[in-house]
Amino acid sequence: MKAILKGAFAAAAALLVAGAAHAATLDDIKKAGVLKCGINTGLPGFAYTDDNGKWTGFDVAYCRALSAAVFGDPDKVKYVNLTGKNRFPALASGEIDVLSRNTTWTFSRDVDLGFTFIGVAYYDGQGFIGRKAMGVKSAKELDGASVCIQTGTTTELNLADFFRVNKIKYEPVPIETNEEARKAYVAERCDVYTTDASGLAATKTTFAKPSDHMVFPEIISKEPLGPLVRQGDDQWADIARWTLNALINAEEYGVTAANVDKLAAKATDNPEVNRMLGTEGSLGAMLGLRKTWAVDAIKAEGNYAEIFERYLGTKTPLGLARGLNALYTNGGILYAPPMR
Amino acid sequence: MTARPFHRSQAEMLPERAAPVTTAGPVGWLRANLFSSWSNTAFTLIALYLLWLIVPAIADWAFFNADTAGDDRFACKSSGACWAWVDQRIGQFLYGFYTADQTWRVDLAVILLIPALAPLLFEGVPFARQLRWFSLAYPVVATFLLVGGIGLEGIPTDKFGGFMLNLTVGLAGIVLSLPIGILLALGRRSRLPIIRILCVGFIEIVRGVPLITLLFVSNIILPIFLPPDVTVDSLIRVIVMVTAFASAYMAEVIRGGLQAIPRGQYEAAQALGLRYWPMMFLVVLPQALKISIPGIVNTFIGLFKDTTLVIIIGLFDILGIGNAMVSNPDWLGLATEAYVFIAFFFFIACFSMSRYSIHLEKRLDTERRD
Repeated sequence: MKAILKGAFAAAAALLVAGAAHAATLDDIKKAGVLKCGINTGLPGFAYTDDNGKWTGFDVAYCRALSAAVFGDPDKVKYVNLTGKNRFPALASGEIDVLSRNTTWTFSRDVDLGFTFIGVAYYDGQGFIGRKAMGVKSAKELDGASVCIQTGTTTELNLADFFRVNKIKYEPVPIETNEEARKAYVAERCDVYTTDASGLAATKTTFAKPSDHMVFPEIISKEPLGPLVRQGDDQWADIARWTLNALINAEEYGVTAANVDKLAAKATDNPEVNRMLGTEGSLGAMLGLRKTWAVDAIKAEGNYAEIFERYLGTKTPLGLARGLNALYTNGGILYAPPMR
Repeated sequence: MTARPFHRSQAEMLPERAAPVTTAGPVGWLRANLFSSWSNTAFTLIALYLLWLIVPAIADWAFFNADTAGDDRFACKSSGACWAWVDQRIGQFLYGFYTADQTWRVDLAVILLIPALAPLLFEGVPFARQLRWFSLAYPVVATFLLVGGIGLEGIPTDKFGGFMLNLTVGLAGIVLSLPIGILLALGRRSRLPIIRILCVGFIEIVRGVPLITLLFVSNIILPIFLPPDVTVDSLIRVIVMVTAFASAYMAEVIRGGLQAIPRGQYEAAQALGLRYWPMMFLVVLPQALKISIPGIVNTFIGLFKDTTLVIIIGLFDILGIGNAMVSNPDWLGLATEAYVFIAFFFFIACFSMSRYSIHLEKRLDTERRD
């Protein structure tokens, strides 16, 4: 099935890339008056519905910022909800313009499937959660433990690699969906449960006594999650890439949703901020957008820090720390190229 | 030796006595059905013990220990179910993303469904003749109400969701798949080779792949081959695919019914001078469909439950809405509650269909087999 799907994607992608190479995505989006953004069908913190039935979350915020950069209006987005299986064909077939669906940037997806990852929005990695009562402090002490795991994902392969490298034994308890895996762990059918660290944090908050459980310090895989576009339209890829970079740079320079209008009103002492907000230079024109593209993008949901704190941060029920996703100046690895 | 007359008979009638308590009334029923033998008694006791274990636990979870109020899952403190979300999310479960102040249109469409269906489903409905005209017009009326148009605010079909989407897709599929299925079944038995080959080909191809594949193809593969400006509405794609799928199954169910009709019925109809269509509609199909009722309703129920697969093409039926809800950090981990709630809707819909099929079988039972 996987091989067939992959073949179909490749064929589809090849067909489309041939067509897309001379089609300007930006013009199509402007003509349609709406940005088609692919998001998850439901992932805690990243894409979910609020009580009014509106899509919201970390991945959704990027769609809104991109819409604001293109149209000056964050609400001109048509959300297309995609499963893990149909996300790539949807992007290849032009059903969506950009995919912002917690997708791990890997070699084969970038090169073989014919997509362009435009950056990393969230550095995730696979971790473990276990009961404190076990007295285990590190994943390396898990010799002989039973591990609840979702089948058919990269997490399964990462797990096998980790235990092989550390020469310890484990007993996998394979389970179909994440929710079932969570339930199995709660029912003590396994000693530890493994998935992406962001998912572990979300899961931990659903336990009756979260303090009885601990997430082990080891992160056993690299899962850089980021938005992607079709290969072959560099202008559109640039717009998507620099919208993300603008959000990250805005955090670095202290530009927030609240003060962006004031900073953009007239040139400040910081030339980098001036160039980004369009009071100096012509970055917007180079992208084929308005002068105020970045102002609008930041106004949509705030800078990177504001978005992170609103949907994932320590004040949300998920309570994720910035960790790797802090700016390079704060001990993380978030580093956007300069706006010049 | 003179024999004394030996009277075996009773001169007058004895008064009538009630049947012994062990054979009549509740006790008799219990003895006959639950304790008729040692093995039955053992099974009864085991079943009672299991019920005693399960029912109170479920009742505690669902009702007595449940929380029903609060703004998020942290408000649910007790050990039972957390129904607090129902209050805020019921609208999404029923209407999906349908514009909030327009949901009365969905309600109206559902209410109008009653006069539209009643004359078709039951006998003795007042004004049945006039109402049948309304039944015929109902699809147009419902489409106008749901989608909008002249005078009503237009609502794109990708905002359809929740149970209303299940109903829309399910009803459209049911209404369309029965006639198409009948035509396919007749076509498969046709003497004209082209018609037969086309029908057999359609049935075997559509029945030979999972519905999920059909939906996937309609959503992902077709746009690659269609010109970029041609877009087909997602809801129409779903209805077409679900109908095609159900029709193929329906055709085989009805073919089973057709094969049960003895050759003599065809010959008798032909002897009366009936041509093909009058023969089918007046003699063969009424009998064949009657035999096929359980299979037809079975296909309907399967179709209705298959409507949950629309998540594949990014539409949010009641199950998709439930999954999206439990991804909200405020309601994380409430999957059990959501699934139980959804199961309740499906059970009501499918159980009613099943009861109606029994009612119909009894009403049409003309064979007097006793």
